[in-house]
Amino acid sequence: MDLLINLAIILGKSLLLLVALLVMIAYLLYADRKIWAAVQLRRGPNVVGPWGLLQSFADLLKFVLKEPVIPAGANKGLFLLAPLITCTLALSAWAVIPVSAGWAIAEINVGILYIFAISSLGVYGVIIGGWASNSKYPFLGALRSAAQMVSYEVSIGFVIITVLLCVGSLNLTAIVTAQETRGLAHMIGLPWLTFLNWFWLPLFPMFVVFFISALAETNRPPFDLPEAESELVAGYMVEYASTPYLLFMLGEYVAIVTMCALTTILFLGGWTAPIALPPFTWVPGVVWFVLKLCFVFFMFAMVKAFVPRYRYDQLMRLGWKVFLPISLACVVIVAAVLQVMGWVP
Amino acid sequence: MSAVAAFFYLFSAVAVASAFMVVVSRNPVYSVLFLILAFVNAAGLFLLMGAEFLAMILVVVYVGAVAVLFLFVVMMLDVDFSELRQGFINYLPVGAMVGIALLVEIVLVVGTWTISPDLIRAPAPGAATAAAISNTEAIGQVLYTRYIYFFQAAGLILLVAMIGAIVLTLRERPGVKRQDIGAQVARTKATAMEVRKVASGAGLEG
Repeated sequence: MDLLINLAIILGKSLLLLVALLVMIAYLLYADRKIWAAVQLRRGPNVVGPWGLLQSFADLLKFVLKEPVIPAGANKGLFLLAPLITCTLALSAWAVIPVSAGWAIAEINVGILYIFAISSLGVYGVIIGGWASNSKYPFLGALRSAAQMVSYEVSIGFVIITVLLCVGSLNLTAIVTAQETRGLAHMIGLPWLTFLNWFWLPLFPMFVVFFISALAETNRPPFDLPEAESELVAGYMVEYASTPYLLFMLGEYVAIVTMCALTTILFLGGWTAPIALPPFTWVPGVVWFVLKLCFVFFMFAMVKAFVPRYRYDQLMRLGWKVFLPISLACVVIVAAVLQVMGWVP
Repeated sequence: MSAVAAFFYLFSAVAVASAFMVVVSRNPVYSVLFLILAFVNAAGLFLLMGAEFLAMILVVVYVGAVAVLFLFVVMMLDVDFSELRQGFINYLPVGAMVGIALLVEIVLVVGTWTISPDLIRAPAPGAATAAAISNTEAIGQVLYTRYIYFFQAAGLILLVAMIGAIVLTLRERPGVKRQDIGAQVARTKATAMEVRKVASGAGLEG
């Protein structure tokens, strides 16, 4: 009986999170297009609903109601499995993300490792989709993307290790609490200036490396080589239409939001208020979390709007010859500093 | 039957079934995908035993990196397995002998397997009890103290393997244009531009 009640509670929580997440993604998609349009002096979506606010829902209906076309030469089962994998994996990462103190569906010890594992599995959707399409461009897109995502995972891993050295735990809540309770603000004797505590300041180079690697890991411009439309039509998604395509796109945006949330947790203090004084502390933690997440997403959208696409060899050079040595050196330096200064948690 | 037992049977059944499918699939890409399924289920088994760190590392390393490269290679090579299977009957006796020898060895080893009673009563020195610390910390404490030399040796072996792989595949081709980022960034207006007066009808060379 207890088991059933627990199961029902978890199911309820998951549904709540899922609905909130999907509505948020609908509006982040809209924001993405609006920001992009504003940078290029266009209006962006402005027809469906007031100011085009219902555009994403109209798109959803259109995707769902269209006929799914499966190419005759495609491997049917894998062709349909690929978008499902992408979408399900992307959503399952949210099971451990704490959006406020204690607000996580599963509070597990190795939360950060779980998210890292799930995001490293994301490449399967792309590579299976590209192969199952049995067509040139999707296959080339899939191969590129496999190499790209595996390369940037390495530097993301090292950045995460640097943060973990400063925290001493793999638990996501512990990472946020560590930024709340110790750091620069405590050292200069102004403990209410919480935003100085957050890891973006002491680990600033890592913050930059993580942000850029997150762009590459989620196939966002300027690293959208897997679907570079000027050379590969639409990469691994060429043969997809209607709902399977929708699942791919949804999975991609969920992964982007996951990366924004991860940036928030690792570097921007999660749900903590930037200044621990009354008007700021009255705001509930989840609001701060969403605000920070939206800020990071805004940066993602701005990068998309004004950075041209990388060439493939430059992308690989950046990943292996620039980010990997920098992040590897940072792990050693941070570990040495922590040990010498006696700051090891 | 408790939930843990139910999950144990689920994970192990799927793991064994997918391991079987790895061997019998006609399409090599399917084989790799079933291999991935087997890995994921093994990670599930680790989770059930409370070794969450090992489970996640298994997924990150084997599923997230190694299997991706397997899949990559299998898709690129386009191996025709029906061609490879043509000599099946010829190789059958040798293969069967190797298989039987392995099976007998495994049965002999597992059949006489006993866990030392001392091991259960007293955990290894340096290892803390499960309740006090998480198993990530426990692995770290044992790995970096008691097994530090083994750990370093493993690292060295990997380094040597990596250098070996690079040496085997690196080839210097003459006449390849490479981008030199340093040279590009070091360009200034003075080095990149030259203003010449061109006489009408003479051209630059004249």
